[in-house]
Amino acid sequence: MMRRTDVLVIGAGPAGIAAATAAAKHGRSTIVLDDNPAAGGQIWRGGVESARRRDDAAKTKAIAALRSSGAEILTGRRVVDAPGPGLLRAVVETAEGTRAESFAWDRLILATGARERFLPFPGWTLPGVFGAGGLQALVKGGFAVEGKRVVIAGTGPLLLAVGAHLQEYGAKVVTIAEQAPLGPLLQFAASLWSSPAKLLQGAHYRASLGRVPYRTGCWPIAADGEESVRAVRLTDGRRTWSEPCDLLAFGFHLVPNTELAALLGCRFSGDFVEVNAQQQTFVANIFCAGEPTGIAGLDAALVQGEIAGLVAAGETWKASALHRRRDKGQAFARRLETAFRLRPELRSLAAPDTIICRCEDVPFSQLQEQASWTDAKLMTRCGMGPCQGRICGPAMQTIFNWRATSVRPPIFPAPLAVFNNDDFSISYETTTPQEMP
Amino acid sequence: MSERSTVTIRVNGHIAVVPAGSVVSAAMLAAGVPCRMSVSGEPRTALCGMGICFECRAVVDGVAHQRTCQLLCREGMSVETQR
Repeated sequence: MMRRTDVLVIGAGPAGIAAATAAAKHGRSTIVLDDNPAAGGQIWRGGVESARRRDDAAKTKAIAALRSSGAEILTGRRVVDAPGPGLLRAVVETAEGTRAESFAWDRLILATGARERFLPFPGWTLPGVFGAGGLQALVKGGFAVEGKRVVIAGTGPLLLAVGAHLQEYGAKVVTIAEQAPLGPLLQFAASLWSSPAKLLQGAHYRASLGRVPYRTGCWPIAADGEESVRAVRLTDGRRTWSEPCDLLAFGFHLVPNTELAALLGCRFSGDFVEVNAQQQTFVANIFCAGEPTGIAGLDAALVQGEIAGLVAAGETWKASALHRRRDKGQAFARRLETAFRLRPELRSLAAPDTIICRCEDVPFSQLQEQASWTDAKLMTRCGMGPCQGRICGPAMQTIFNWRATSVRPPIFPAPLAVFNNDDFSISYETTTPQEMP
Repeated sequence: MSERSTVTIRVNGHIAVVPAGSVVSAAMLAAGVPCRMSVSGEPRTALCGMGICFECRAVVDGVAHQRTCQLLCREGMSVETQR
């Protein structure tokens, strides 16, 4: 099946929603593809209704605007490859099986969001150990945590948000261990005076956590338990202690989802997709908005998405009114990076037998013998499983300073049959980068 | 539209009643069963909760490698730990 659209948006999180709404409102045929069961992305993830859950006004407003804009939202679609110029292919699970759908676009907006960075430590593969955002998503998806003791550990503003959310669902948050030292965090908090909404939100989370300790300069070194996690060992560098718990939620801030941008030949600056003030990448007619351009959170994603959507619809002058808000978002990204910088101790949490690649069960000891990411893949199968290095890649980058190499289609696993039944054969060529118009 | 507030599925052969809107991996967690056994035989459950890590792969209605964190429970669905 092949569809044609003026604007194709990948990702229905805040950036994608803002982009699609802006493009569709200005008369462009617009399709949004998203892998999740519903629009909203991770921060606005929906799920099982709960009496405790408050409606998020910003989410309700954004989704209503998207629905009334005329944009078509297709969920449950994961984009797997670009079979030709101006084409993307997605797969969707249907009652009749997995099916491929192809989309021909004039303008493409990548709003693929971010995932959590996981740094391996002994016991991190035990049942009961989750990503911090991961546990939040599962709770929204119906996992009952009432009465369960939860330790939250890692780094980033997400830890507080997750703690507040889990408390709301009846979990007993034992402690929140934030690896960043107090000094940079206080500076970060002070800098939020220029963003009162963010400050209020942080204060709200902290207040709703009551007496739950928020320990700074403190990080996890092991999860203990036989069949599932029973306790987490934490340290502040001087002293080590064990916190009994039923669940551990951890994550070391976020890393961008940039596999599709890499496949399409977009230019990168470090880990992030390079864009100009109009959110254009260095490949003609491809835009990028939100976390893949820098981890900057909700407000930045919304404004960048709106700019991308307006420019893609040819309304560049309208987008120029948003540049001040865009700059503010970028400043916030820099402050986040400074405040939650990873401490060097986190690079040596793994023991020799700690599994680094969960898909292929590759232990740390096997990786220590390798010289590069490519060697590790060839010799140990690290990063060769179904996640394609999305989880172990950022860990290896932190531990060994190895960078993931090329991205090849399909960028998500897909059954071979869907390619046989489609209009295109699978392409192994990546798009050649072109100069911006 | 039906207004059912629960959905009944089978998890490793046992009946499980879950709130409507539940994802399959949450139902497996509630049932206390792993989503999959790893290549070295360790039990694994969902990690990222957003379809990225593939730790929550399980067999759903006979189809292997389904990411259960991105899949909503449907009435009569049968899910099994992937071995």
